[in-house]
Amino acid sequence: MSFKPVILWTDAMIFLLLAVAIAGAWWITRKPHLLLPWQRLSRSRAGMVSLLVLSLFIVIGLLDSLHFRVALPENNNANGQTVYAAEVLSVFDILVSDLRSQTEKTYSAPLAVYLYAKESTETPDGKILREYPRLQYGGAHLTDPLHEHVRDVIKRSLSGVLAGLLAGILLAWLIVAVAASRSRMSARAWVQARQGTSLNAALGAMILILMLAAMTLNLAGAYHVLGTDKVGQDVLYLSLKSIRTGLVIGTVTTLVMLPFALLLGIAAGYFRGWVDDVIQYFYTVLSSIPGVLLIAAAVLMMQVTIEKHAGWFSSSAERADLRLLFLCLILGVTSWTSLCRLLRGEALKLRELEYIQAAQAFGVSSLRILTRHIIPNVMHIVLITVVMDFSSLVLAEAVLSYVGVGVDPSTNSFGTLINNARLEMGREPMVWWTLAAAFSFMLVLVLAANLFADAVRDAFDPRLNRTGDAK
Amino acid sequence: MIAYLIRRILYAIPILVGVNLLTFALFFVINTPDDMARLQLGMKRVTQESIDKWKQQRGYDKPLLFNSQASGTNKLTDTIFFRKSASMFVFDFGYSDDGRSISREILTRMWPSLSIALPTFVVGLLLYVTFALLMTLFRGTLLDMAGVTLCVFLMSISALFYIIGGQFLVSKMWHWVPISGYAGGMDSLRFIVLPVLIGIVSGIGSSSRWYRTIFLEEAGRDYVRTARAKGLSELRVLFRHVLKNAMIPILTGVVAVIPLLFMGSLLTESFFSIPGLGSYTIDAIQAQDFGVVRAMVFLGSALYIVGLILTDISYTVVDPRVRLQ
Repeated sequence: MSFKPVILWTDAMIFLLLAVAIAGAWWITRKPHLLLPWQRLSRSRAGMVSLLVLSLFIVIGLLDSLHFRVALPENNNANGQTVYAAEVLSVFDILVSDLRSQTEKTYSAPLAVYLYAKESTETPDGKILREYPRLQYGGAHLTDPLHEHVRDVIKRSLSGVLAGLLAGILLAWLIVAVAASRSRMSARAWVQARQGTSLNAALGAMILILMLAAMTLNLAGAYHVLGTDKVGQDVLYLSLKSIRTGLVIGTVTTLVMLPFALLLGIAAGYFRGWVDDVIQYFYTVLSSIPGVLLIAAAVLMMQVTIEKHAGWFSSSAERADLRLLFLCLILGVTSWTSLCRLLRGEALKLRELEYIQAAQAFGVSSLRILTRHIIPNVMHIVLITVVMDFSSLVLAEAVLSYVGVGVDPSTNSFGTLINNARLEMGREPMVWWTLAAAFSFMLVLVLAANLFADAVRDAFDPRLNRTGDAK
Repeated sequence: MIAYLIRRILYAIPILVGVNLLTFALFFVINTPDDMARLQLGMKRVTQESIDKWKQQRGYDKPLLFNSQASGTNKLTDTIFFRKSASMFVFDFGYSDDGRSISREILTRMWPSLSIALPTFVVGLLLYVTFALLMTLFRGTLLDMAGVTLCVFLMSISALFYIIGGQFLVSKMWHWVPISGYAGGMDSLRFIVLPVLIGIVSGIGSSSRWYRTIFLEEAGRDYVRTARAKGLSELRVLFRHVLKNAMIPILTGVVAVIPLLFMGSLLTESFFSIPGLGSYTIDAIQAQDFGVVRAMVFLGSALYIVGLILTDISYTVVDPRVRLQ
């Protein structure tokens, strides 16, 4: 099967961010003084467990960012040119292709065997029956669902949990064994040396996650674990696809705003005078406009532009992606001012310190002072802000998409998921699973991000008292 | 003090000009007045004459920012931008695209917005401070930890969940109050309860946790230790010393928000179909009514600046060490 890779704008941004993160990690491991707060972070139980959850989300998001278009099998060799499908797929789509392709007719409850709505069917002897039809895929392997259904669900869940448990224990043992042999200790001694650290919690969380994942996987092979939506799409698939959008909004926005906030904030604080005045004027203007209004107005304007210039985009995925990127940009514009103000204050404080004054007295150029002395000393503020902003951005996306000024309706996101399900609570019987799935996925993501942010702040904030920390 | 205030108010003018310029650019970089006319007239085949007439009626028939045909200062003043923004500074907002007076709309729609925002704000503040104070009182214990965990959990839940869940539970399951809508007079009470309740609940997590940090910071100060060393009870220390001093950052932070209460909440108002300023803004944005959006942005920015000035003043009131110059 031949395919053509497609790099969307946000994909490029994500992989740029990944490269920066890897380079940063490599740089930090070589500097013991930079490594110290990270070691402090690795001792936090909540921090490590939430990091584990977050990395699961990130892996899904990254897999979902490797896009390509599949070559169409027909009229391929018409004139020696390969024709590609218009639909842009990702590696993640291929991994869960069953979830993606197995669509039912309409709503069905989680783990259901029957459709949500009654349908008229004609029996062979000409009578018309009103009954709940069987699902095409969900529980299709059961011959007598009335008796087998519950037992089958329980059996599959249990075997999934058991498989996850075994895999988890095996993996934990492997990690300990490898780590111990690398530090030339026996496994027992290695574990004992880490008593009171986050090791046990992290390994335990890993086993739990694996159990849950294996159970879901095992059930998803035969059922729609979280039901299906109005057009019969699997809600689990939609929720998993929404993760990428949430991550993009939470991280790319920061990537976009960071250079401005960092440069302008530090410049304002360090140079003072008219530079400070201009920059302050600039961010006061921006921050005095109510954020939602600015976002809404900008997004609507962009919609008009996109409609006017439909020819700019070769596929609908590209158009939706550009809209996502633009939303990130606009969120970045409205959210950089607070970081800028913080950095300005910090730079104002730093420039009066002895070591900066000494550098100035030696005739070190301003540029060098900024890059060598000021920026490294405000990085903890940047890091803390970036991590703290993540969760609020994910939440903001849902609200904006709901109001209609967020991502493109064709983009999978928690906001569009909730928006599409907005009227389902009023149905009789109630369709609760789409909303429940979207909100739970969002809760897990945001909660993990919040806990991780707290751990990062505790580890990096120099104002916190750390007497108990001395080794 | 007076001189300081005058300077601050004068400084607000260039900021508001900047705000106007920004909204103006946002709307007109992409949309020409012709596009707006076409959108408003709403027909596929609009003649150029009717567009011109619309533009002339609404005052959009001038150049955008710079009139090269005029002479002297008219080069700058005889433009859409100047004509449309200058009157804003005396709070004359002109007319919306459907011909209604924007100032009038704002004055009538302000009350529903306030009737939701004000109770949410006051009751919320009291509740959050109490909750934070309780956590401070039991700091270091399991109760405190449970409280903080609850806060983190509550602030991780989407605001949409609170609204959808609240509407479902209170209105649909229990039939206590109507799901949405608004009525004037005493009758409005039925409609206000739910949005206020939801507004309060959705703020508990982040606010209480924030106030707790402030209280804890204050509780670690030297004078608090001295007070304890004198033999004062923990409760007395907390209320007489910690609360009083911690109220400085809390109050000054709160003062900045008060003016913005007028603007209402976009989300709450559109969910509960409350005819306030928030839903007014949303409708205007969706209809691309530039006049209304510009007025609301201007109002919001002006109120924000008022909030900043009030914050400065409140500092001098609650903390005599602070002097404005």
